[in-house]
Amino acid sequence: MEKRAKTSSLLFTSSDWNFDDLSRAYDAIKEIAVDELRLDFYPNQIEVISSEQMLDAYSSIGMPLMYQHWSFGKHFVHESNLYRKGRMGLAYELVINSNPCITYLMEENTMALQALVIAHASFGHNHFFKNNYLFQQWTDAGAILPYMEFAKSYIARCEERYGPAAVEAVLDAAHALMPQAVFRYRRRPRLSVVREQARIRERLEHEERTFSDLWRTLPQAAEIAAPREPQADLAERQSAIEYPEENLLYFLEKYSPVLKAWQREILRIVRIIAQYFYPQRQTKVMNEGCATFVHYTIMNRLYDKGQISEGSMLEVLQNHSNVVFQPSFDDPRYGGLNPYTLGFNMMRDIQRICTAPTAEDRDWFPDFAGNGDWCGTLLDAWATHRDESFIRQFLSPALIRDMRLFSLQEEASDPYYEVTAIHDERGYERVRSRLADNYDVGATQPDIQAVDADLKGDRKLRIKHTVHNGATLVEETRNETIRYIQRLWGHEVSIVGVDAATDKTLYEFSSKELAEKV
Amino acid sequence: MPNFIDRRLNPKDKSLGNRQRFLRRAREELKRAINDRIKSGKIGTADQDQIIPIPRKGIGEPTFQRAPHSGRREEVLPGNKTFGTGDRIPRPAAGGGKGSEPSASGDGEDDFQFALSREEVLDLFFEDLELPDLVKLNLKEVVTFRPRRAGYTMSGNPTSISVGRTMFNSFGRRIALRRPRQAEIDAIAAELLKLEGERRPSAATQQRIAELREEHATLARRRKLIPYIDPIDIRFNRFEPQPVPNANAVMFCLMDVSGSMGEREKDLAKRFFVLLHLFLKRRYEKTDIVFIRHTHEASEVDEDTFFYSTQSGGTVVSTALDEMLRVIRERYPAKDWNIYAAQASDGDNIPNDSERCVSILDNTLMSLCQYYAYVEIIDERESEMFRHADNGTSLWNAYREVSAAWPNFAMTRIAKPSDIYPVFHELFAKAPAPAKRG
Repeated sequence: MEKRAKTSSLLFTSSDWNFDDLSRAYDAIKEIAVDELRLDFYPNQIEVISSEQMLDAYSSIGMPLMYQHWSFGKHFVHESNLYRKGRMGLAYELVINSNPCITYLMEENTMALQALVIAHASFGHNHFFKNNYLFQQWTDAGAILPYMEFAKSYIARCEERYGPAAVEAVLDAAHALMPQAVFRYRRRPRLSVVREQARIRERLEHEERTFSDLWRTLPQAAEIAAPREPQADLAERQSAIEYPEENLLYFLEKYSPVLKAWQREILRIVRIIAQYFYPQRQTKVMNEGCATFVHYTIMNRLYDKGQISEGSMLEVLQNHSNVVFQPSFDDPRYGGLNPYTLGFNMMRDIQRICTAPTAEDRDWFPDFAGNGDWCGTLLDAWATHRDESFIRQFLSPALIRDMRLFSLQEEASDPYYEVTAIHDERGYERVRSRLADNYDVGATQPDIQAVDADLKGDRKLRIKHTVHNGATLVEETRNETIRYIQRLWGHEVSIVGVDAATDKTLYEFSSKELAEKV
Repeated sequence: MPNFIDRRLNPKDKSLGNRQRFLRRAREELKRAINDRIKSGKIGTADQDQIIPIPRKGIGEPTFQRAPHSGRREEVLPGNKTFGTGDRIPRPAAGGGKGSEPSASGDGEDDFQFALSREEVLDLFFEDLELPDLVKLNLKEVVTFRPRRAGYTMSGNPTSISVGRTMFNSFGRRIALRRPRQAEIDAIAAELLKLEGERRPSAATQQRIAELREEHATLARRRKLIPYIDPIDIRFNRFEPQPVPNANAVMFCLMDVSGSMGEREKDLAKRFFVLLHLFLKRRYEKTDIVFIRHTHEASEVDEDTFFYSTQSGGTVVSTALDEMLRVIRERYPAKDWNIYAAQASDGDNIPNDSERCVSILDNTLMSLCQYYAYVEIIDERESEMFRHADNGTSLWNAYREVSAAWPNFAMTRIAKPSDIYPVFHELFAKAPAPAKRG
């Protein structure tokens, strides 16, 4: 090691970067990633962009291709204002879950920072995207970019044909329902541009072939069948559509009585994008933790091997500690648990438990404490967990003590908050399980489902909100969202809040009231 | 070796379309906010810079969100210092929650506020208003010319030399006349130098030297004779002054300031004219405005007097019309000017004068005017009584005849400040609607 350092095996010496340095650094990082960390990743594509382009990418939820909508413009204005006033720094990188995996590097970064970012994004995130079961199950990295290309051009074509205002109306409503637009239990929808286009074409051709002007002239009355028993009717329509349906956008796309084919297609596009981001919402801690752990380990190894200088290493460490900075709850800078910190700390902790466990660790984690193979343990955790299960499994008492975690309960009716558990023998279990609950996307999202719609009768759509722990919805945005649902449904929409424990109706709201209020 | 791509030179404004869409949407909101403000009676402030908070409604993105302080929840926080299990911490006052506590919605977005300058406020305010039938474009009195590019010319001002075109010509000429290049001459000179440097030049060499000398001289002469840039190469950008049609318009503001007009009536009338004044100043660069006020006699006054000075007396409306006629004859020949008039009055007039007004309008004024708007200021209590157009003051009743005869005559009533903007809007709506029959 000494010898190599003397012959100057430094990957780079200047703080300015160039493409030769980048590619030398990339190769050195890759060597460590493959040989020592046993990472498995998609081929990398690294793109250098300017800060303005970074802002552009920010505002279109990080996708390199995105259809046009005013809300992205709003985010752009907002973010560029913050950036110009110096209230917000830009991320050093942006990485896209695609195959090949695209990483954006900011041109302003120094060379040491570029190396850090490559290790973080091109290897850390990339490995996670490729191996985590959620991503494998729900997203198709190879198809997303072509699909976005299709979505963008499809929506642009719609704007040309039907006018931007009409398209905007549908998109506004669809965006409001994005959190309610994921399937949580079904297999991922397969995307393929070719098939997608063929499907649309076929649908249109079929419509054209079967079009007959005669249908229009049929007397309306013939359609009204003899009145049937309401009970049988209910049973029949319950069986025709699978109720309840929690993917509201899917429901509207399939069953809305008023939407035209192109509008349904737009809902589908929004829904597929929401689905694509669903795994990311569930793995924030793990994803960032994995990337941070990887860059930390790799940069340290590079330094050990004498491939980066002390100066660069100091710069790397300074940036690293900024990233994993966690203010305490009473600090004015506190804005929730930092997922980078939590993830990174947990992974370092697993490394410690594998190599130098204490008696306590052996009690809590008998299956891997002291097994010596921290790399294998982590690889396995990265592949088979999401945030909630990861925390439930791996958060150790030692780390709870380190971060001085405690759980605080808030009951709306009480005039106080209560500390329910702290970092002590009695509290470890509870802190750990509450923290895991907080990261359970399924539990933190409001439980809202479409439960009934009488398509042959008054076409009223009934939506049920099951209220857990008395957590209601913000009334204003709820009503606005209902208004949007009504726009897509075309008829009355009602939402009813039912308490999960007591089955009592807590509130009821119908889009009819909305119309009267205005 | 990964795939490195330098995207820095790619076009930057990828989200330009998004931003335009956002501004368009925000604009509608802004307009509504401004109109609301003005409708609520603050016309005086229309003429100032304003900070307009955009209501979140129009540009909000609602979703189903958990209400922040409802029900029961348990959160895990870092950095415990003194708490033990079971400790109770009083809830901070005003239900604001702890300042640092993460909000459940996770959406700490600022409200958008737009600071608008006076110009922008007025632009939005008058956006879809227009003087109707602005037709008489008097080209004789055209005053503005705008330079327009019109190809190239051989002569001109040195500042407008077209370098590209000049070099283009020079290059062509140099090729056509085969101007020797410096490199050729240098090559010959170099060879000469080499040959001349020989100690004992052979006969052949000497002859070669002579040849080269001659060639060198020819080329140098040629190069001198054919200049790099000849005056005939030079081209100038040519600009042609283009006449910009300019519509002459004059607006007559007639206001009754007699004793019957109380403070309230005068205030309403003034507000109406303030709006009109702003509108004309804003939208028409060259509009003359003539202020005429009248009691039992009428006089042309300046802006300040019109708006701020007081006078008292009886009411003879026709004097104002006479005065207007006089000014038109004197300064604004109808064939060159678009003439507009707005009259505000409480409808009182001395007996028999209303008929005279009608005859003045019918016989002369209405054929001269593009548009004549009559605004009657009435009492709020009267507005009930006068809900139907066929009830009214003597002037109102008289003017109804004019309105029936002339499509470019409009009449309307104002009872309270909030009527002003709608009425104004109605009178000057962009599509030249057929004048509303009272």
